[in-house]
Amino acid sequence: MIEKLAMGNYGLYVWSCYALTLIVVLVCSVQASRRHRAVYSDIMRRLKLKES
Amino acid sequence: MWTFFHKLASPPHFYRLSARMMPWFAASGIILILYGAVAGLFFAPADYQQGDAFRIIYVHVPAAYLSMMAYMVMAIAAGIGLIWRMKLAHAVAAGAAPLGAWFTFLALATGSIWGRPMWGTWWEWGDPRLTSELILLFLYFGYMALRSAIDDPARADRASAVLAMVGAVNVPIIHFSVEWWSSLHQGPTIIREGGPAIVAEMLYPLVGMIVGFSLLFGALLLSRVRAEVLYRERRAKWVREMIEAGTRA
Repeated sequence: MIEKLAMGNYGLYVWSCYALTLIVVLVCSVQASRRHRAVYSDIMRRLKLKES
Repeated sequence: MWTFFHKLASPPHFYRLSARMMPWFAASGIILILYGAVAGLFFAPADYQQGDAFRIIYVHVPAAYLSMMAYMVMAIAAGIGLIWRMKLAHAVAAGAAPLGAWFTFLALATGSIWGRPMWGTWWEWGDPRLTSELILLFLYFGYMALRSAIDDPARADRASAVLAMVGAVNVPIIHFSVEWWSSLHQGPTIIREGGPAIVAEMLYPLVGMIVGFSLLFGALLLSRVRAEVLYRERRAKWVREMIEAGTRA
């Protein structure tokens, strides 16, 4: 198993690429949902202000 | 057919439809990515020349493919928005840009990490594939900077659409650069005359990763476009009604 994870001495290169990919995908997902949430709450706040 | 597209271009219809589509895109994308990653990392045989370092292609190729596809989505949507004045098209273009920039960065970074053990260098300025991909990243930055520099949304849409369309010329240059000029980068592996250059055990996980990442990109794009649509339509009656009804669709 350890031999497999070592990727024939290229482990550092291979795993860093996969880790970077995971980070980018997570950042993209968080950014997308945060933006939607921010816009949604901003509209909700404005509507409440208007009502009051 | 036209009725479908006409209906899809309506912001409230798109907003509701995309909420239903997004989880399916994300879930199927993640399943395919998991299959591709496990099969590519642990079951595909090592390359006879590159050894296990070749497994980087399972993240590098989908990232590079999406960097170009996102640009085409952005340029086509921007063109549609400019010609037919479709507001949703501009929202799609605006949503595709940051995602395209992230995937271009990922393609450049993973390519560079792969290049170190294989080529003996992190970067080669004279290489047409590397340089044209870097130009793509700058085009994304330029598009986003231009959008945010103009306060009037309609003017920002028009100006950035022109930049997106002009920059589209770089996409075929990236794709064919390895055939037109001498390059350190290897030529086409999957779509080439005589069929794919890799065996099925290597090919299937790669196809799984490309399709999986494309589906995930679709889900992320829908999410970004939904936010953009909501922002642009924030004063519209349907948004007010939706929020008042408390249906966070």
